[in-house]
Amino acid sequence: MIRTDSSSSVLLEVRDLHACVEDTEILKGLNLTVKRGEIHAIMGLNGSGKSTFAKVLAGHPSYRMTAGEIIFNGVDITSLAPEERARAGVFLAFQYPVEIPGVANDQFLRLAYNTAQGQRGKEELDPLEFDDFVREKMKLLEMNPGFLDRSVNEGFSGGEKKRNEILQMALLEPLLAVLDETDSGLDIDALRIVAKGINQLANQDNATILVTHYQRLLDYIVPDYVHVMEAGRIIKTSGKELALELETHGYDWVSGNKARTSGV
Amino acid sequence: MNTPVKDDYLQEWLAFWKSGKVTASAHSANYLDRLRTSAADCVATLKFPSIRDEEWRFTDITPLKRAAFKRPATETDLTTSGLAQYFADESIIRVVFVDGQYAPELSNVSTQDGVIVDSLSALAETGSPAVTQYLGRLADYRDNIFVALNTAFMQEGAGIIISENITVSAPVHVLFVATQEGVTACPRCLLVAGAGASVTLIEEYLALTDCAYTTNAVIEVQLADSANVSHIRLQHESREAFHVANTSVHVTHAACYRSISIVLGAQISRFDQHVLLADPHAQCGIDGLTLISGQQLADTHTWIDHAEPQGTSRQLHKCIADDSAHAVFSGKITVHTDAQQTDARQMNRSLLLSGKASVDTKPQLEIFADDVKCSHGATVGQLDQDALFYLQSRGLNLTSARNLLVYAFGAEIIDFITIASVKRRLADWILTKTRIE
Repeated sequence: MIRTDSSSSVLLEVRDLHACVEDTEILKGLNLTVKRGEIHAIMGLNGSGKSTFAKVLAGHPSYRMTAGEIIFNGVDITSLAPEERARAGVFLAFQYPVEIPGVANDQFLRLAYNTAQGQRGKEELDPLEFDDFVREKMKLLEMNPGFLDRSVNEGFSGGEKKRNEILQMALLEPLLAVLDETDSGLDIDALRIVAKGINQLANQDNATILVTHYQRLLDYIVPDYVHVMEAGRIIKTSGKELALELETHGYDWVSGNKARTSGV
Repeated sequence: MNTPVKDDYLQEWLAFWKSGKVTASAHSANYLDRLRTSAADCVATLKFPSIRDEEWRFTDITPLKRAAFKRPATETDLTTSGLAQYFADESIIRVVFVDGQYAPELSNVSTQDGVIVDSLSALAETGSPAVTQYLGRLADYRDNIFVALNTAFMQEGAGIIISENITVSAPVHVLFVATQEGVTACPRCLLVAGAGASVTLIEEYLALTDCAYTTNAVIEVQLADSANVSHIRLQHESREAFHVANTSVHVTHAACYRSISIVLGAQISRFDQHVLLADPHAQCGIDGLTLISGQQLADTHTWIDHAEPQGTSRQLHKCIADDSAHAVFSGKITVHTDAQQTDARQMNRSLLLSGKASVDTKPQLEIFADDVKCSHGATVGQLDQDALFYLQSRGLNLTSARNLLVYAFGAEIIDFITIASVKRRLADWILTKTRIE
């Protein structure tokens, strides 16, 4: 493993990333650099590979990396298991959080929290201590404490699932949060609350990648960079104004497809 | 098909019977003696089932037949204090069997008014109507070799008789302890709940030996009108043991029988549960969890028999099989012509944790009435890969993630148990079995 100065301002360096699901190549040479303190938005049409990128970062076993490297916090994480990446500080907020009947949410949250605490050499919390702690965090997201007693995500509405994701992020305090379509399925109030939570967790030491189809989320979370993905690559990078232009002109506007862009 | 054949194992059993230890006169006035004699006559006409019999298609008991186990020695050096760690905290009444033999000295039967706990022979001596009406009449021995053997060779059994409208608030703990190698125990228990009575029974099999032995148990439960029986069955025999058990339940008018059966132990186990909903508005809910690994084979055969109108039955059975283990579930529901407005639901879910583990599941609905609500379903699956990744992405390693999901699958059944100490012990066992950290 290559270890560079972990306080370097570069947190994530993705170089020429290629990845397949089964035999289909989805990511075809993706490059991205994320520094501490930054918020990046990755936009693109369905099928452009943006959710795949989020899952590959987190180490999803269904995706196979065929080329390139992912340097996170100075370490090449490409050979690490999902839990090792999580413990190193990568957090993926799922587009479709998984329902786990039979596992109480508070039990799950405490297990995850204590794993992270143990990793950092910090004190683990017993159930009573954790209960106080998690209730404070839930206030931030205006979550009903009743969600602690229920099975993980089971029967939660779309908005409740997404809030539960951000709650986990608030507990685990990752260095890099990758939020996969966190805005999908949220009404405007839930979107505002979730965005508020994400904004409060962002600081100068960590970084956030927002994967989103729509500009809407970016009204609430202002990115430093907006990237557009197409066919498994980032084809355009610009400041936050790019999102608005995409909203006005559509993805064809930025696409390399001349036939469509000049089809007047 | 069931032609009597020379069967060395059976011959050996019969030799014991005839050797005089438990000899009874066919003309004895004692109900128990007459029952034994009649059952012994049946043994002579029956034979052991094989995989050619439909009801035993998935369960090959050849190793059990070869075992030819002996009758257990009657003396025991177990003490109450030695066993105390196994007693359910909440229970007051305890009935302890050692190697199939009722052990009054280890039991605690001094109880409230309206509750009788005594040996079956003592109850039979006094002509207890509960014994003469129900013992041997709920579990039919005439066409079932194992029930016939148990009935013929039952060592001293126990009867629990609850009078009308009596609520036994603390659970009754019936503990079957195995201590001897190479023996066959035939424990027998009868529970009779009077009209409007209410009781919780914990029936538990445990081993103080790692050796091979056989348990052939029969439990009969009679619920009079509006009685309420909650029955928790825990089978964690030695991993070398053979366990065959029959629970036969008779539910009368507006009575409610609820059971939760947990199978963890034995090399080969077979559990038959027959619930007869004999009168209108009778209800039952019978749930089960089988959690096996290694080379274990666990077979659960249930039969819910709706005989009269407006009965309700619910059933959720789950199997978890790891390594090369083999789980069998056969769930028969019969709705007779008269049993209109029956409401029966059955679900079986199985989880296979390895490529070599297997499950055979066979729901059987036999419906002869035309105005009924009946449903059944069966699923067999593996651990959800997305759920595993989700847990891993939160920092749990693969083993912990897997174990948590296995536990969660079984917890749905365990959560039905309302007795805290039993629930806690089960959770501990399962967490140990699934090696969660």
